[in-house]
Amino acid sequence: MRIGVLALQGAFTEHRRKLDGLGVRSFEIRRKKDLENQMDGIILPGGESTVMGKLLRDLEMADQIRNMIINGLPAFGTCAGLILMAQRIKGESAYLATMDITARRNAYGRQLGSFRTEEQFGEEGKIPVTFIRAPYIEETGNGVKVLALSGGKITAARQDNQLVTAFHPELDEDNTVHRYFLGMIKEA
Amino acid sequence: MNNERYQLNKQLAQMLKGGVIMDVTTPEQAKTAEEAGACAVMALERIPADIRAAGGVSRMSDPKMIRGIQEAVSIPVMAKVRIGHFAEAQILEAIEIDYIDESEVLSPADDVYHIDKTKFHVPFVCGAKDLGEALRRINEGASMIRTKGEPGTGDVVQAVRHMRKMNRDIRRIASMSEDELFDEAKKLGVPYELVLKVHEDGRLPVVNFAAGGVATPADAALMMQLGAEGVFVGSGIFKSGDPRKRAQSIVKAVTNFRDPKILAELSTDLGEAMVGINEDEIQLLMAERGR
Repeated sequence: MRIGVLALQGAFTEHRRKLDGLGVRSFEIRRKKDLENQMDGIILPGGESTVMGKLLRDLEMADQIRNMIINGLPAFGTCAGLILMAQRIKGESAYLATMDITARRNAYGRQLGSFRTEEQFGEEGKIPVTFIRAPYIEETGNGVKVLALSGGKITAARQDNQLVTAFHPELDEDNTVHRYFLGMIKEA
Repeated sequence: MNNERYQLNKQLAQMLKGGVIMDVTTPEQAKTAEEAGACAVMALERIPADIRAAGGVSRMSDPKMIRGIQEAVSIPVMAKVRIGHFAEAQILEAIEIDYIDESEVLSPADDVYHIDKTKFHVPFVCGAKDLGEALRRINEGASMIRTKGEPGTGDVVQAVRHMRKMNRDIRRIASMSEDELFDEAKKLGVPYELVLKVHEDGRLPVVNFAAGGVATPADAALMMQLGAEGVFVGSGIFKSGDPRKRAQSIVKAVTNFRDPKILAELSTDLGEAMVGINEDEIQLLMAERGR
């Protein structure tokens, strides 16, 4: 199994380290050429979605990644990655727009609003969840399964081959969410 | 600041990695920076080159101006306080700034003590010329480090010197035997635990950016290849002929810093770079402020 990690900006190294720890090979996607590599899944990391969104367009990668995801490539977006995958973003236009959710950016306010807590994730039990200037999901379309809630807001969801979290599983020791994503890849 | 808050603050810096933080003086410039792909902006009244030209005491910016920038963009907004000026830092925390830069670019308010950053909830970034300065700032509560470089000069030589020095110091400590670390901690003036952490990890315990004198995509790529995790660009952008284009090119150079073909394209037709001053032509060495 081999996973591509979008490495335009943000916390991509943390995801790769996580995958290393789980014995899964990964590579960085920094330019169009990198998309020629065979991959079984893609991770869109945390960082600044405006930066990644712009670079995806400028480096002519947006359409190709969008098509790959729509055609079934398992995709996992954390925080900024969630915003990139959302079909609707409150007050702004969407980026890859692959998943039937509405995202609200910086939904918990500025850095002073960042927090860490524990929440139930799907049927997998309680996990630590770290929110850094995080978004949340305001609405989900049909076929989207809610996997986690924090303070009544949707913070993790899945639609077929797509998984998103508003929090950062790559920053915590716990491996539940990455294992869940690897499970999605095996199903595919 | 409790430990959990400190972790969250270090983690925000992790989200900025691989990005460019740009100095801006107006909401319009902040917009331009965001559209060009800045991962954060540094709000300040005058960019370092103009501070240098104007002389006099330079201080924290007017909160009104910072608020204007906070309203203009969705990316994190940073702002500078004078070294040791904890009251300025309290004011920035009150307006919910995302990151405070305790910066040698402004006139120091205290020539002995830095701010006790552990007393704050908002994160701090501090400049450093070598590992000792970096670890002393981290011990005081900084959750991100940048090289000092020499701000407002457009001359990258000092940032290179500081980054190389820091990496050399880290390699030296990583290769020491454990019983030598106690004496090293004493020499650096920092707790043993911090030195042990560097020894074990072979890196700083927080994110480390390059800053001070970066003016071109090639400068940015140089700093990234030397081990910077991202880049601050101050005067280099809005002192140049075509700020928008230069800003975009530097952002892309930081993402593809190892691809000379892409860098060649990014360096083409950028218009006038900031004029720059060589280090032996300047009167004021900002990097000497705050050790």
